[in-house]
Amino acid sequence: MSWISKTFSSSIGRKIIMALTGLFLCSFLVVHLIGNLQLFKDDGGAAFNIYSHFMGTNPLIRTLEWGLVLGFGFHIYEALILTRRNQAARGIGYVESRPSQNSSWQSRNMGLLGTIILVFLLVHLYNFFWRARFGDLDPDINNNDDLYTLVVSSFHQWWYVLLYVLAQVALCYHLIHGFRSAFQTVGLNHRKYTPAIKIFGYVFSVVVCAGFAAMPLYFYFFK
Amino acid sequence: MAGSNPNAKPMNLTLKVWRQKNRAAAGQVVDYNVRDISPDMSFLEMLDVLNEDLLRKGDDPVAFDHDCREGICGSCNLFINGRAHGPESGTTTCQLHMRKFSDGDTIVIEPWRANSFPVNKDLSVDRSAFDRIIQAGGYVSVNTGGAPDGNEIPIPKEIADRAFEAATCIGCGACVAACKNASAMLFVSAKVSQLALLPQGHVERATRVENMVAQMDIEGFGACTNIGSCAAECPVGISLENIALLNREFLTAKASSNNLS
Repeated sequence: MSWISKTFSSSIGRKIIMALTGLFLCSFLVVHLIGNLQLFKDDGGAAFNIYSHFMGTNPLIRTLEWGLVLGFGFHIYEALILTRRNQAARGIGYVESRPSQNSSWQSRNMGLLGTIILVFLLVHLYNFFWRARFGDLDPDINNNDDLYTLVVSSFHQWWYVLLYVLAQVALCYHLIHGFRSAFQTVGLNHRKYTPAIKIFGYVFSVVVCAGFAAMPLYFYFFK
Repeated sequence: MAGSNPNAKPMNLTLKVWRQKNRAAAGQVVDYNVRDISPDMSFLEMLDVLNEDLLRKGDDPVAFDHDCREGICGSCNLFINGRAHGPESGTTTCQLHMRKFSDGDTIVIEPWRANSFPVNKDLSVDRSAFDRIIQAGGYVSVNTGGAPDGNEIPIPKEIADRAFEAATCIGCGACVAACKNASAMLFVSAKVSQLALLPQGHVERATRVENMVAQMDIEGFGACTNIGSCAAECPVGISLENIALLNREFLTAKASSNNLS
């Protein structure tokens, strides 16, 4: 089966893994955003806690969770391998370089944006996921773990809100380049569809990230 | 001179030129002043003036690659003021004219930067990595026999045009030079597309893309991150659609070829 390992250790093979895991992670963002919209429901967090209890205990979700871990793992691993390879490809840099005249900032800084997202992700996982799964949360009126109260108290800290909003800005730029780039990498570039993919990717990035950023801002300023 | 502008004033310029004795030596930027440069000169003619000055003074002239000076050979690979082939899009260095600069300008001139393109001397780089990629599969094997009649193989005009557009790649390496990752994907994609689109190229289609991509990786070029600077700096306008086609060809070949290794 060496042809398989050769395929996915070639530069194009690794890029294809980046693209496919990236699109998979985009699908996760959609589910995560829609579920968390229940935070806006004015019921003291009852619906949100039922939802988070379901997500933490349903066997199907718990299995898919490992798929998500693998998705992030491969995306980050391939990014590290490719970035090292790409940096090694130009040992001596230019004295004078003006890349802004031929490419967009976000397209050249996917690694930086990804690192900001990763730092955010670790803080985010520790604060919510870790404490919900392994911590000791108080029960709510329905006897579910009261994750909602933890969310509300977290989003009343200004530095936490700032971290979230900055991370969503980084994610937005990451997606603006990443979404359309993934289609190009798997070979889907067609004059009929590519303009639509670009517009959809842009709208998708802004809507998803604005949706996530709205949550900490809403609790900080209005609750 | 026909087409010249009699009112154009000669220019004085400061050049910051990369000087490097040989492959092993460490290089550095050296400042030169050139005087009375006509705006009608090409960039290479301006460098000729510099070299005549240097020779008169008994100094070593600046080595730079050039051949046809008509924008078709792809030899004149200079990184000028932070851009491959200079500030004009869709042009080679030899077709860049001094009227695009102003009197008193400082111009930084560097060689292509990529580990796969070692600097021979000064501004001259070794692009034989491209030749080895072509040797790995960028050809159609010619079998002996009677010469086929013209137009014996029907090829739709649209396909012929797309193949021709890909075939306009002059192999100058501006795509590698401009790419943040020093990736050769645009070059390889143009060469793969050109042959994959035509029926004559279908026979060796799968092995071609497998071998050319393998050679591209062996040469140490970076991977594409779709930033698009290659296509923006390409003097003949090779489009990113070719890279998508290359990726498609690669996946199809890997999935369907009989090559198990």
